[in-house]
Amino acid sequence: MVTLNDYASTVPIAWCPGCGNFGILQAVKKALVALNLEPQRVLFVSGIGQAPKLPHYTRGNLFNGLHGRTLPAATGAKIANHDLTVIGIDGDGGAYGEGVGHLLAASRRNIDMTYLVHNNQVYGLTKGQASPTSDTGFITKTTPNGAGLPLNPLMLALASDISFLARGFAGDIEHLSGLIQAGIQHRGFALIDILQPCVSFNHTNTFAWYKERVYKVESEGYNHADKAAALIKAQEWGERIPIGIIYRQERPVFEEQLPQLKAMPLVKQPIDPMRIGALLDEF
Amino acid sequence: MTTRIGIEVSIAVADAVQLCNADVVAAYPITPQTHIVEHLAELVANGELDAEYIPVESEHSAMSACLGSAATGARTFTATSSQGLVLMDEVLFVASGMRLPIVMAVANRALSSPLSIWGDHSDVMSVRDTGWIQIFVENGQQAVDNTICAFRIAEDNRVLLPTMIHLDGFNLTHVIEPIIMPEESEVAKFLPPNKFPLPLNPDKPVAMGSFAAPGIFIEAKWAQEQNMKASKKVIMEVWNEFYKAFGRQYLPVEKYKSDGAKVLILTMGSFSETASVAVDELIDEGKDVGQVRLRLWRPFPFDEFRQAVKDADVLVVLDRAVSVGGPAGPVASEVKSALYNLAKKPKVVSFIAGLGGRDITVKGFKDIITKGIEIARTGSKNEYEIYGVRE
Repeated sequence: MVTLNDYASTVPIAWCPGCGNFGILQAVKKALVALNLEPQRVLFVSGIGQAPKLPHYTRGNLFNGLHGRTLPAATGAKIANHDLTVIGIDGDGGAYGEGVGHLLAASRRNIDMTYLVHNNQVYGLTKGQASPTSDTGFITKTTPNGAGLPLNPLMLALASDISFLARGFAGDIEHLSGLIQAGIQHRGFALIDILQPCVSFNHTNTFAWYKERVYKVESEGYNHADKAAALIKAQEWGERIPIGIIYRQERPVFEEQLPQLKAMPLVKQPIDPMRIGALLDEF
Repeated sequence: MTTRIGIEVSIAVADAVQLCNADVVAAYPITPQTHIVEHLAELVANGELDAEYIPVESEHSAMSACLGSAATGARTFTATSSQGLVLMDEVLFVASGMRLPIVMAVANRALSSPLSIWGDHSDVMSVRDTGWIQIFVENGQQAVDNTICAFRIAEDNRVLLPTMIHLDGFNLTHVIEPIIMPEESEVAKFLPPNKFPLPLNPDKPVAMGSFAAPGIFIEAKWAQEQNMKASKKVIMEVWNEFYKAFGRQYLPVEKYKSDGAKVLILTMGSFSETASVAVDELIDEGKDVGQVRLRLWRPFPFDEFRQAVKDADVLVVLDRAVSVGGPAGPVASEVKSALYNLAKKPKVVSFIAGLGGRDITVKGFKDIITKGIEIARTGSKNEYEIYGVRE
């Protein structure tokens, strides 16, 4: 049996005390334990930011690459070895700013992985500039007159025909952990947008601000198979903010659509130099 | 006004951009550059700088926005560092190919992987061939002065080339230094308005970036190259004018106690000042050493450089970047090329040190110079030495 101890790390955590990332880290660990996944079966892929430090604070395989480029690296790893449970981790800057094109491609292709986006609506690592999801009017050092229109990542994901879309809240670890479990179990690309209070640089969207507003869609008899309903739900923001599974559908994952990958992962396929040799002889 | 004020170098660079009255700033935050553009955003928001500040979604977009802005004839500035600079790479070539006079401050920092936010010159060397004028500074005052000069150089209609100011990340960007900030009126007198000859203008349509078939491409590159070469004269003219107006002199190659010295060390950037102290100490110990600092990296100042080192027997070159598997450090390689055809030339010894934020102390520089003298005498099986590796 896998226990929380298996995911314990001795690396000192460099997040601010009270950071929403602590709740997300706990939810990730709990989800992996609940699924009885051993750390060596899990690959964390992350970019640059405060969120992408998460894999340093737990155990598992880790690929820490460039800012905004988590999904291409994760796609490569998953294609080569789809026995791995691949979890991508980014902040709103990497996922919805510099890497937003990759998000659409991974979602459209339906790469079988889970993508956790710690969305605190601000750049934390570079100390408090506006991010793509900063609310209109949000004042930072790069937007002293207030940020412009925020990007709606849920709408964007639905437009790319995503197969699993959820939103969680770092302040509700049990609920978030359930979403992460569902995301990992889902066959296909799962985006979980996680509302994350930033105690240092976002004094607007605070823990209390989110807590007053979030509600669970499942408690209101919401049907997450209904895409039209999901499009409406995805636009709710402000007084009430929905959390839970926003949309879910079954569609073929990337590796099922390629004959070369269908039978088994690339890493398990034998290399047959004779056949290449015969081909080369033709020239 | 000659009062020195204590100010963080990043803030001073932003203030210099304000003094130059830039029209457009497009940037993305990246350590250790962020303070420069944050302060510019603040100046714009406060109405202290009448400019558009565009907080874009990546450095690629930052430089792309700068292309558009400069093409309309607006005075355009950005700043970046490390990964941000290399993400801009393809756009940098377009800026120089289109002859757009953008000015950029680069807070020099190591490149991934492994990830490092600390200083070295690997980012600079990766954009060596982008066709930008490149100037190194050693302290905050030089950063301010050369930011002002950069606009005048880049926008001069005999030049029209984008210009980078390289200042070491953290060692310069995050330190508070005593700096003389020029008066706005003095800068206005020194820096004429930007008169870009063929701006995007609905009344006088122009096409930019058109396709070049093989019949014309090489001619376009030749023209660019001629201009880069010719720009040195203008750069020196601007520095000379700056000297006359502000009393601080800049030269393509600067010398420190190098006349007649048999052993020279060549440095670039903020570590040069530490090297100068090492040179002083070695002279006190009776050694025949001096220093040469390369301020102008592009266009490479061949004549001034050859003149500065011609009487030396040994030239120790410090590189803060490594060309893995290459002939020497990137600067040493160029220096060797510049000297190769001369009948009398110093022996060049290539040292690589100070990567990813590793400091080089005065003792370190003395050590490097001493080892360099030894290697010049005995030879080495290595093409270059990497100094200070913990084994």
